[in-house]
Amino acid sequence: MWDESPEGMGELAVETKNLVRIYRRKRSSQDSQERQVIALDGVNVEIPYGELFGLLGPNGAGKTTLIKILVTLLLPTSGTARVAGLDVVQQAYQVRELISMVSGGEHSGYGLLTVREQLWMFSQFYGLPTRLALARIDELLKIVGLYEERNRRVSDLSTGMRQKMNLVRGLLSDPLVFFLDEPTVGLDVSAARDIRAYIKEWIREKPGRTILLTTHYMQEAEELCDRVAIIHKGRIIACDSPAALRRSAASGSYFLLTTERLSEDGWLKEVPGVRRVDIRVLDGRTEIRLQVAEDGVIAEVVRALADRERKIYSLTKVEPSLEDVFMQLVGRRMEEADEGR
Amino acid sequence: MRAGKKLTRVFRAMVGRSYPRIIGSNRDKSWLFYDTVLPLLGTVAFVYVYKALGAPERFIGYVIMGGATTAFWMNVMWSMAAQFYWEKQGGNLELYMMMPCGLTPILLGMSLGGLVATLLRAILIVSLGSLLFHVSYTLPQVPLFLLIFTITIIALYGLGVVFASLFLFWGREAWHTVNLFMEPVFLASGFYFPVRALGFWVGLGASIIPLTLGLDAMRQLLFAGMHPALLPVEVELAILGFVAILFILLARHLLQKMEYLARREGRLSLRF
Ligand SMILES: Nc1ncnc2c1ncn2[C@@H]1O[C@H](COP(=O)(O)OP(=O)(O)OP(=O)(O)O)[C@@H](O)[C@H]1O
Ligand SMILES: [Mg+2]
Repeated sequence: MWDESPEGMGELAVETKNLVRIYRRKRSSQDSQERQVIALDGVNVEIPYGELFGLLGPNGAGKTTLIKILVTLLLPTSGTARVAGLDVVQQAYQVRELISMVSGGEHSGYGLLTVREQLWMFSQFYGLPTRLALARIDELLKIVGLYEERNRRVSDLSTGMRQKMNLVRGLLSDPLVFFLDEPTVGLDVSAARDIRAYIKEWIREKPGRTILLTTHYMQEAEELCDRVAIIHKGRIIACDSPAALRRSAASGSYFLLTTERLSEDGWLKEVPGVRRVDIRVLDGRTEIRLQVAEDGVIAEVVRALADRERKIYSLTKVEPSLEDVFMQLVGRRMEEADEGR
Repeated sequence: MRAGKKLTRVFRAMVGRSYPRIIGSNRDKSWLFYDTVLPLLGTVAFVYVYKALGAPERFIGYVIMGGATTAFWMNVMWSMAAQFYWEKQGGNLELYMMMPCGLTPILLGMSLGGLVATLLRAILIVSLGSLLFHVSYTLPQVPLFLLIFTITIIALYGLGVVFASLFLFWGREAWHTVNLFMEPVFLASGFYFPVRALGFWVGLGASIIPLTLGLDAMRQLLFAGMHPALLPVEVELAILGFVAILFILLARHLLQKMEYLARREGRLSLRF
């Protein structure tokens, strides 16, 4: 609940300066040695009011850590962070009045309550009068398509339903800045689509509403976000609108080529004009994503394949994607950059 | 936010969090067996032992009161103390820490819910037991009795929050250890006999559990003149008040520590 105009609360909805977070961890219970994990390594972000801002990065990049600092659940090791102009360390309680957070795969609440009861319980933590709370709950449940399930027990919900309920929970207090940590992780296509659709609608409904969303789905970031920051190993390595990011990566042309299985592919990189080759093997076929200096180069690639007597199943020119941007910046596909790989 | 609005919020948060506790016991009827029939069985066993020994009638009243008190003890040790652990597992604790109303009203609500649910069980145990064994009570000093009961309960739930935080810091093993260690203390609290029977010092030692003194004081009122008291009612009440304040302060301190630890370390247990 926020009555004042967002302009009265600083220029930016979120602002971090040189944010660093180091976790200390012992390797085992006997071990006296501590290991340090640098989860955030000097993060600077500025999110104006009204923006749907995405944080895209592989597992272990530091996305959740950043969100936790911003929602006052974690202290930064150094640097500062402000939400709605308020310092998240010094003014944590004031920040909490203006925000909420929903995480993917969250199992909050109590299984024995019904959906409506559970949401009512959470509304009470914000001090909403019961009648207003129930009206708001019903309205939100209708919008996300969960109204029919309102009297079902929370423990009986499917993953998609549960996540929709969590989304409603996060919106009960009408937050000014809404934090979503991988809101569609593990959901089926249609549930994920519903959630994305509603997120987009919610932010447009009232000027000033701001969302920071993390994801490791490229398409999600691309489809939803006004701006995307790519985070890798605790650093923001790029930050711009999806279109601008794609443009920045797009030197040359991109092609997608499927061929008969290639036993040896090192030669592809040697074809003159080929900048990058990205190969996946899918049931007996080889899918090759190529970045080439200019369109003409593809003819050379096709010829080289013909020389090796490999069948070509398909050849498409494609737009560069955020995946390509990530490749360009990190040198690996995002899924390969997951921590522990 | 104005103070009035904040106070309303604290109240609403409390009621909100007590709701699943109260409703939960209606929805899952197994408590009727576990929380009423089981304590009653233990009670009945003691009743027959006393009858066989030819103990005075009032001992049966003692035992029934002890049975009712056991319900509170069980609620605090098994539901309250373990609760943080479950709240943490499900991610609730983290969410609660983020709530603008703060953790305290939510915890109060948790205690309130537990209390209401347990009060129901206790009343059931006392009514059933009294009906079965034809015990009648005379209670001349109702306000004093209620005062003792209230302070006992406050101290007891304070202790519950203290244990809850400790178990969160030190993990589930600590919980089991404390439970093991609690069993003899629980017996020494004189749930089924006047605590004085164990000797003054043992009784005083067991007084760290607020129920010990609470029970002794309430029994003094119920069986005036016949009860071998540990200490005079007034003194017991004073100690209880002191213990209640002690536990509440300790609980507050531990909660603040918990929140700080969570924010600084990014985890809640003290063990690595
Ligand atoms: N409480 C903690 N204690 C120690 N290390 C931690 C803790 N939480 C996170 N880390 C480490 O910090 C780094 C960043 O983790 P974080 O959870 O922020 O990543 P993420 O981008 O959210 O990843 P994911 O996509 O898997 O959710 C990782 O190396 C992780 O192992
Ligand atoms: Mg994460």
